[in-house]
Amino acid sequence: MKIINQRDFWAGALFLAFGAYFAGEGSQYTFGTAERMGPGYFPTLLGGVLIVLGILVTASSMSRKATSEKVEQFQFATLFFILGPVVLFGLLLEPLGLVLSLLLLVVIASFASHEFTLSGALINAAFLIALCVAIFVYALDLRFQLWPAMFGF
Amino acid sequence: MDQLFSHLSIGFGAVLGLEPVSLFGLTANLPMNLVYCFIGVVIGTLIGVLPGLGPVATIAMLLPATYALPPLGGLIMLAGIYYGAQYGGSTTAILVNLPGETSSVVTCLDGYQMARRGRAGVALSTAGIGSFFAGCVGTLLLAAFAVPLAAVALEFGPAEYFSLMVLGLVGAVVLASGSLLKAIAMICLGLLGGLVGTDITSGVSRFAYDIPQLSDGIGFVSVAMGVFGFAEVIRNLEQKGEREVFTSKVTSMFPTKDDFRRMAAPILRGTLLGSVLGILPGGGAALSAFGAYSLEKKVSPNRAEFGKGAIEGVAAPEAANNAASQTSFIPLLTLGIPPNAVMALMVGAMMIHNIQPGPQVMTSNPTLFWGLIVSMWVGNLMLVILNLPLIGIWIKLLKVPYRLLYPAILVFCCIGVYSVNNSTFDVFMTAGFGVLGYVFLKLGCEGAPLLLGFVLGPMMEENFRRTLLLSQGEFSVFFTRPISLGLLCVTMLLVVVVALPNIKSKREEAFQEE
Repeated sequence: MKIINQRDFWAGALFLAFGAYFAGEGSQYTFGTAERMGPGYFPTLLGGVLIVLGILVTASSMSRKATSEKVEQFQFATLFFILGPVVLFGLLLEPLGLVLSLLLLVVIASFASHEFTLSGALINAAFLIALCVAIFVYALDLRFQLWPAMFGF
Repeated sequence: MDQLFSHLSIGFGAVLGLEPVSLFGLTANLPMNLVYCFIGVVIGTLIGVLPGLGPVATIAMLLPATYALPPLGGLIMLAGIYYGAQYGGSTTAILVNLPGETSSVVTCLDGYQMARRGRAGVALSTAGIGSFFAGCVGTLLLAAFAVPLAAVALEFGPAEYFSLMVLGLVGAVVLASGSLLKAIAMICLGLLGGLVGTDITSGVSRFAYDIPQLSDGIGFVSVAMGVFGFAEVIRNLEQKGEREVFTSKVTSMFPTKDDFRRMAAPILRGTLLGSVLGILPGGGAALSAFGAYSLEKKVSPNRAEFGKGAIEGVAAPEAANNAASQTSFIPLLTLGIPPNAVMALMVGAMMIHNIQPGPQVMTSNPTLFWGLIVSMWVGNLMLVILNLPLIGIWIKLLKVPYRLLYPAILVFCCIGVYSVNNSTFDVFMTAGFGVLGYVFLKLGCEGAPLLLGFVLGPMMEENFRRTLLLSQGEFSVFFTRPISLGLLCVTMLLVVVVALPNIKSKREEAFQEE
């Protein structure tokens, strides 16, 4: 047994794990009968199907007929610079208001590009903040706090 | 026929009707639905032109913004984004040799070659003419088929609905690219994800761990934005590429008489093929464009020119992708079943406005139904004007570098997802789905089946339950009711056909060319 298709192997393992989770958790709820299904019936059933599919995908990755595929390198830095500021935006939006949290989001996320310039990022941020405030706050009238609450606006 | 005209007049009435609006303190009577349609097609063209930003992510981003709009206006705008993207995508394909949209992948082949031979203008207008013709036909088909199909659908019981969803989901992955097994697993995962939250029948909270934000379920906006928005941004940033833009080459837009003669038949064939494939689950724009191109390559008298700038190679796929983007509304509007990821988001948009998609929309809400259909025709007209005389504006946009574009995508995603429930928890969850989406990309698993499953999960469980309640626990009911049996047989047939070794290798070959 040798793993020929790495992508399929890990995909299968992931499906297997998800399937086991949903089937396991699902069986904690009332199962019921086919006629009167409890909340556990459908998730347990589907989780079981996912487990089977996971096993099939994993097995096919080790079959002699599988095509050789490697999992590409994960670029953790890019992942971090894109999703990090998104999480930060979520944390800061309510205390700091829309303008400052958007500024941080755009400037930090711009680091992910290999062509980063601070002035470019700042100009882009200013443009996007103005655009968002115009569209979402004034035109669509969505409720956003613009500035930090302590300024009393 | 008379009925069709009366329906269309309801639609025109709804689209052209004036409404008082006040914006920035000014009040005026405006045909607001035309304005929403215009905004939709402009945004659609914009994201079509910009590579690396697709209609799924864009519609997910703008869904929350449609809260503030009336239901018809919101749906008109979102639909405009989808078919507008088909027009815009061809511009990028022809001028930069990059597909602005996945559906314009094949347009690159001959469109770019035409541009290199100094015929970029002709290629662009061919794409525009083909798309417009196909859009008109597609809209008419939608209007004509809606009534009889919805009448059939009203007869459906839960067993038929369940089987129809099985067919829809399986069909969606059979026709899509990539591994069948993995795609079916993604559907199951999506269905399971859709079950998170309070079970409507028993009131039990499932997989929610007493987190109040999860008791209403995971928002599909979070899933769509994480998997299609964030994960795509990360992937695009990994790939560094140079773009070569043929901007100076756009001179004569007018096709010659000979060009017109050569494009007529391919446009007709493309429209026909696209209309049929669009209705099928998973069909949609990308597959139709590919199918139309392969068909032309077989039947065209000028097949030797293909790949070297044949006008047929632009006309047919462009007509096909636009026809398909119109007809893919048919299953959504008549059966309430989304055939692809964009339509899954449209289901969400309708639910936001408390409209349960399905055959009853036509009778309970005729202005909305026919207004939406008519708006598509009007939108196509706007798109021709936007994309042909005003092409210069879009060419300028192609010069916007990605380093300025992707922060904008993030900003709109964040604001969009927050404003669904005014909840920062949703922002964190979207980031989580971004990570998951990125992992899936690396493992070659597609996001579209996940999203489809996600939207259909609760509906499917509900119909499964009701079927077995009515049949007193007999599973055989799925096979004894004729329509249900028929639908399941078609599903099996699809899977078997695709799994046959001969067809399997052909299918893999076909998607290789993409």
